[in-house]
Amino acid sequence: MTDLALGGKAADRERILRHLQSYGVYLGVAVLLLLNIAVTPHFLSAENFRTQAVQVAPVLIVALGMALAIGSEGVDLSVGSVMALSTSLLSLYLGYGTWIALIVAIIGGAAIGLANGSLIAFIGIQPIVATLALMVAGRGLALVLLPQLKDVRDPTMASLGSGDVLGIPYLALIAAALALLVAFVVRRTTFGRQLLAIGDSRPAARLAGLPVRRVLILVYVCSGALAAIAGVLATARLTASDPTSLGNLMELSAITAVVVGGTPLSGGRVRIGGTVAGAVLIQLLTATLIKHDLPPSWTQIAQAIVIILAVYAARERGKR
Amino acid sequence: MKTSGDEPTGPTRSERISALAQQHGALVTLVVAVIAASLSFDTFMTADNLENMAVSSAFLAVVALGMTFVIITGGIDLSVGSLFALGGVLAAWGSQYGTAVALLLPLAVCGLIGLVNGLLIARSRLAPFIVTLAAMLGARGILLSITDEGSKTYLVDKDSFFATLGQGKVLGIGAPVWITLALFVAGAVVLRRSRFGQYVYAVGGNEDAAALMGAPVARTKVTVYTLSGLCAGLAGALNAAWLVSGVTILGSGMELEAISAVVIGGTLLTGGFGFISGSLVGVLLLKVIQNVINQIGSLDSAYQQVVSGAFLALVVIAQTWLGRRRRVL
Repeated sequence: MTDLALGGKAADRERILRHLQSYGVYLGVAVLLLLNIAVTPHFLSAENFRTQAVQVAPVLIVALGMALAIGSEGVDLSVGSVMALSTSLLSLYLGYGTWIALIVAIIGGAAIGLANGSLIAFIGIQPIVATLALMVAGRGLALVLLPQLKDVRDPTMASLGSGDVLGIPYLALIAAALALLVAFVVRRTTFGRQLLAIGDSRPAARLAGLPVRRVLILVYVCSGALAAIAGVLATARLTASDPTSLGNLMELSAITAVVVGGTPLSGGRVRIGGTVAGAVLIQLLTATLIKHDLPPSWTQIAQAIVIILAVYAARERGKR
Repeated sequence: MKTSGDEPTGPTRSERISALAQQHGALVTLVVAVIAASLSFDTFMTADNLENMAVSSAFLAVVALGMTFVIITGGIDLSVGSLFALGGVLAAWGSQYGTAVALLLPLAVCGLIGLVNGLLIARSRLAPFIVTLAAMLGARGILLSITDEGSKTYLVDKDSFFATLGQGKVLGIGAPVWITLALFVAGAVVLRRSRFGQYVYAVGGNEDAAALMGAPVARTKVTVYTLSGLCAGLAGALNAAWLVSGVTILGSGMELEAISAVVIGGTLLTGGFGFISGSLVGVLLLKVIQNVINQIGSLDSAYQQVVSGAFLALVVIAQTWLGRRRRVL
């Protein structure tokens, strides 16, 4: 069905819906901001904005990798476990120097991504199942390496977690830089274009001679590495490695951020700006509920409703 | 794809072997694992150990039963772990008002969540994994909010009839095992002999073709997700009766166990092909492997997670590989 087939009013309605789906997330962020400024005491303070920015950083970084996976018509359920694995590796290797530990942790995450990508690209297993297997195995591996919570006493890590430049926390700066980098990769590089083509139609991409397997593997390696970076930064902020609970339900938050941000689950398009706004939206929603003393369980229920609403809205566009 | 010649050709020898491996591989592996385990550990073939394994398999098996229907339609249900835990807590709370409430309350709530899953997936055409992922989060949220953020534990009266459902024995075998076996027989009959069962296979095989043939695609999908919710809730309730309390932390990772069991049992994740008995074998195989890991002792639960994740990956690899060799299906 084309727009021509629709009457004037229907076409208008259709256009409004489509805009709402693409840019509704910014509207949502604006509404939540205004609502909080109006009713939440002490919301409008530099200190609060710093806190929010630091808390959103890990979710945002994971969501960037998730956006790539979803753009390729896949999904990565293992991201939370990759965060746990990276925090375990970091603690184990801190004795050899902070930078070595950081690199090992990120390579560990990329390795899980490589395993995910290989299962998906070479063997043809559905992304949900492949990454589900590594979600369980990855958390187990993290716990094998580091069975319980361990304090991280390292000056470099501490300054990474709490330091700032001109009042902007390092964590927020790193997240912003990574968002720009991923946006650049998606829009301006061959890899980005190939990724979108594969997400749009894998058979077509294959017929066009695109290196489908290589691109898919790279997508999951990126997702794994980004999740590991998020795990490392979260560890720096908490000044402790907690493989049992770090990254729990992170895959859900990341998928929500991506979907709310206007990236369709059917692949072929990636909206990084929307993903950033989506992550901010979830963070603000959580902060709003917590600041008004609503129990954490309500946050889970609210997030579940937001996911369904976002996917439902995306469905309108899909039908066209 | 095979091109059809003048005379119909049957499957080739290697295709037949692949088909056999896919259908009975789990059973053969189970027999080998049981023999190996009973030769390696004196403690394996004891009545206590077997009884314990059978009862703890029963709960997972009920969840896997519902999951089998879902997977045969080509879907997936990630909410079963949360629904299992929610069902258990609701049953434990409800048991103070009698056995009927203890059973009906979890069935009503979990069935309703399953129904909502099904409606969103079938009527609104949302992706099954995202809908059931949201349900997993939402159900866990409901569970936490009715237990004061997980701090309150509801107990079941040990002398009530409801507790007997979990702890009682008939002919020396635990009541949950009998209930599970009865459900599996009923499930197999429904899947193999009823019109609804035919629709389940048809929807999973080719949704468009099924719709053209007049199968009620949407209603079939709604029914399988409702069934899956009901099974998860019932399994949770039986588990609460067995433990005589509603434990809030149960069920995480259970969706993976159930999916693994179904897939190990030969049901294809792509839908359209599978059997109920396979899922039972899959559950038993998983539990035997867990039991062996426990017997070794030095391996803790973290290793169990690694092993079960790797095991699922291996089975899916094998299944994909066998499926590729055998295009007849």
